Amino acid sequence: MLEFKNVSYQTEDGKEILRDVSLVIDDRFVAVTGPNGSGKSTMAKLIAGIYMPTSGQILLDGEDITSLSISERANRGVSFAFQQPVRFKGITVKDLISIASGKKISVSEACRYLSEVGLCAKDYINREVDGSLSGGELKRIEIAMINARGTKLSVFDEPEAGIDLWSFNNLIQVFRAMHERTHGTILIISHQERILDIADKIIVIAGGTVAAYGTKSEILPELLNAQAGCRFTKEVRD
Amino acid sequence: MDAIQKTLLEQVAGLHEVPEGAYSIRVNGQLYGKNDSVNISIVKKEDKPGIDIYVKAGTKNESLHIPVILSQSGLKELVYNDFHIGEDCDVTIVAGCGIHNGGSEASEHSGIHAFYLAKNAKVKYVEKHYGEGDGNGKNVMNPTTVAVLAENSYLEMETAQIKGVDSTRRKTEAKLADGATLIVREKIMTHGEQFAETDFTVDLDGEDCGAHLVSRSVAKDNSRQTFLSRVRGNNRCSGHTECDAIIMDGAQVTALPQIEANHVDASLIHEAAIGKIAGEQLIKLMTLGLSEKEDEEQIINGFLK
Repeated sequence: MLEFKNVSYQTEDGKEILRDVSLVIDDRFVAVTGPNGSGKSTMAKLIAGIYMPTSGQILLDGEDITSLSISERANRGVSFAFQQPVRFKGITVKDLISIASGKKISVSEACRYLSEVGLCAKDYINREVDGSLSGGELKRIEIAMINARGTKLSVFDEPEAGIDLWSFNNLIQVFRAMHERTHGTILIISHQERILDIADKIIVIAGGTVAAYGTKSEILPELLNAQAGCRFTKEVRD
Repeated sequence: MDAIQKTLLEQVAGLHEVPEGAYSIRVNGQLYGKNDSVNISIVKKEDKPGIDIYVKAGTKNESLHIPVILSQSGLKELVYNDFHIGEDCDVTIVAGCGIHNGGSEASEHSGIHAFYLAKNAKVKYVEKHYGEGDGNGKNVMNPTTVAVLAENSYLEMETAQIKGVDSTRRKTEAKLADGATLIVREKIMTHGEQFAETDFTVDLDGEDCGAHLVSRSVAKDNSRQTFLSRVRGNNRCSGHTECDAIIMDGAQVTALPQIEANHVDASLIHEAAIGKIAGEQLIKLMTLGLSEKEDEEQIINGFLK
């Protein structure tokens, strides 16, 4: 269970990104959506410890993790898949998956994680995670790392960004499978209706606050009907 | 051989004991042991320190080990090793120098290696430099490599200097004939107050010859590195030189790649990049549970792998 208690975040130059956000996330699959610039990615980075809140508390299973470093949170069960995966010269796909799983892994284990994200393991396992991989390939490897970690909270920042349509269909399958398998919580930041559609709960962030939080049947129709600007975002603007 | 010398031998040549096949092991300025094989003969030079190595034409899949070990503080030596590689050979040469300096005087090994590759010969040359010791004496190594590549010959050099060498000036000069290929992969890590300079000069004289020089280095603490590389295209040829350095702490790195085309069909490229470890790389590995120090180790080990 993840809890935000009155969390606010301002950038160094004083720009307010999140304002007094309080919420509890304890479902298996929760999607976070909202307009660009609304504070979704900031929320993810606050959870991972990449940003520290200006005020408020973040609790993981009741423990206050607000002041913990990125590594400490990672070791307590927080995983974070970047929107723009990072490249490393000389570090191979197998190296990264080994680091993620916290132990030396066999080729067959690495293969399993890679096939789950639709990559043919033997083509990738010894590849360097550098400029030779495409954006879509890097995104899948990023997801494979999160699977290899198998932690209680996995946060994905726009996993669909930069993925072509064909790969996207497979991605949905990957997340469906994760939804069924997970023993913890998956939190996905996404604009994609098809990802929102498999979520147990949807959080709408707009203008730095929670505009709506509910089941997909409560939230999705409203989001989809209001093409010209949905009620939640309008309310915040007004 | 004592325990220190055995450790050095393992570090530079990966050897636990005397290797199979042809070898020449030099310890503290003296020839410790040597062995010829049917196809490879090693002859001690009469006029100066060093050896001449003759590999018979057509020798395939053989290896030669020529490690140098210095464990006596203050020893300075200059050694000339000439490699005469016959036509159509395919051999691996493992060289390397390990210094243990437990005293206060500088120990210095300068090896001048000359490779003469005959037509169609193929050589893989692996060289490791390593220094250690608990004294204040400096470990100094100044290797020079000269390579003369005949038609369609191929030389691949892998050199590594990972630890403990206080000062090094590494000079490599190569001349390539028609269809010859030179590949150099260099890895350097300096720390403390160390200094390392790499200086390549490659003349692409032959038609359709090519060179590919890649240097990856990490400069830590207050160490200094200089990368100089001159590639001259004197015919229809291709040349590529690349220096990629990670800079840390108070280190200094200078990269001066130079390409010179003296022929209209010479195709030459140079690349040089120096920068600290990217913040996002550190953050990514931290989200996988590593500490910042472990992150750096992983990134550097990968980079220099």
